[in-house]
Amino acid sequence: MCLSIPSKVVSVDREKNSAVVDTMGVKREAGLDLMEEGSVNVDDYVLIHIGFVMNKIDEEDALESLKVYHEILAKMDEEERSRVVLEDDNCENRGTP
Amino acid sequence: MSELKLKDLYDGFRDPATIRMLAAQIGEEAKALHEPLRIMEVCGGHTHTIMKYGLPQLLPGNIDFIHGPGCPVCIMPKERIDHAIALARMEDTILVTLGDMIRVPGSQSSLAVERAAGRDIRPLYTPMDALKIAKENPDKRVVFFAIGFETTTPMTAALLHAAVTQKVDNLYFHINHVLVPPAIDAIMSDGQAKINAFIGPSHVSVITGAKIYAPLPQKYGTPVVVCGFEPVDVMQGILMAVRQQVEGRAELEIEYSRSVTMEGNVKAQQLIDMYLQPRSHFRWRGIGDIPDSALELREEFAYLDAEKVFAEVLPTEPIDDHKLCICGTILKGLAKPMECKVFGTACTPNSPLGSCMVSSEGACNAYYRYAGVLG
Repeated sequence: MCLSIPSKVVSVDREKNSAVVDTMGVKREAGLDLMEEGSVNVDDYVLIHIGFVMNKIDEEDALESLKVYHEILAKMDEEERSRVVLEDDNCENRGTP
Repeated sequence: MSELKLKDLYDGFRDPATIRMLAAQIGEEAKALHEPLRIMEVCGGHTHTIMKYGLPQLLPGNIDFIHGPGCPVCIMPKERIDHAIALARMEDTILVTLGDMIRVPGSQSSLAVERAAGRDIRPLYTPMDALKIAKENPDKRVVFFAIGFETTTPMTAALLHAAVTQKVDNLYFHINHVLVPPAIDAIMSDGQAKINAFIGPSHVSVITGAKIYAPLPQKYGTPVVVCGFEPVDVMQGILMAVRQQVEGRAELEIEYSRSVTMEGNVKAQQLIDMYLQPRSHFRWRGIGDIPDSALELREEFAYLDAEKVFAEVLPTEPIDDHKLCICGTILKGLAKPMECKVFGTACTPNSPLGSCMVSSEGACNAYYRYAGVLG
């Protein structure tokens, strides 16, 4: 119901107030009725929900989050990583939902 | 990584190694919790992610999920579905709605059954298609049965705006838009709920801004972390909630900062205000009546309001769920789906007795579907 999918803007039609977006390789049209005029441009990342662009994804912010995770993972050397994974596999205090 | 690729937005936030790493961090830091963290994910989208990725199995025993009421299909009381059916049965009428609603049973029937019996009922990909259908069928009435939380409301408002400005006179609206904060208040207000942290909805917050949860930490002394829908987002959000509890803080934090701001989408909010206003009462399936928890059309648009225009065909009696159903108790974190006497026997996704089994975003439905994951 609420799962909006990240998409990339391929083209913008100012006349129709809509954009063509790429969602995991699928191209489709989305309305710009909920966005300020001129705020959505080609190559922007956006969230689409039931046929409308609902916001722009902050690219810097997404990159920053991913970078932090990459750095932490890189810090764990191979041995450490396999220890964590094996420990996790054998965790005795597993929470039951 | 210097340039973001679309693939990163999917894979990066579903990366198994990152999920494991966060699980290990949570496991370590949760040792300092002075009481178990009972965290409610309000939104059905989060429930779905949590169950699909088996996140409970990655977490220590002192972290427990409580699945909230944030599934618009699940909370729709039977009498409202009966409204949709009554509208669809009118002569020369096309009933249109978002796909999720079609299967949900009312008191006697469902839209799927009515459609099989020859009624003109059409699922929509986008509300805007309702405008097209109305224009293509000028000799018929088209009724849009509008559902959803704050995420979906602006799309209905955009359709209203188009219908009003383009003077389309055969399109009517049956409004069932509901609000997250009053539902949280309803669950927390009787003091029974065993919830001491919240995961705030992702895309509701994109529209409303995180500001709508600002009163909660003070009111209930609980951390609120607004999270994205991906499993990495949820794990990061849990880590943030654990840290707040350990440090004795109760604050509103945004994990999903790539999409959520404090203010939200102001244009969408203005569009909603133009056409919709708070509704004094709305009955939630599984919870009951919650004051000011939904929206209705403003008075000046009464001529578009299916509830007013077609009042004579709409049933008015409230219809409760089966008395064996314990959805209300599950929503407060006082019971788990498996503790319900009818779970998986008399109540299944194909034949739901209660609200939590209705859609894949409901707690019982998610437990039923991913039972294998639960071990």
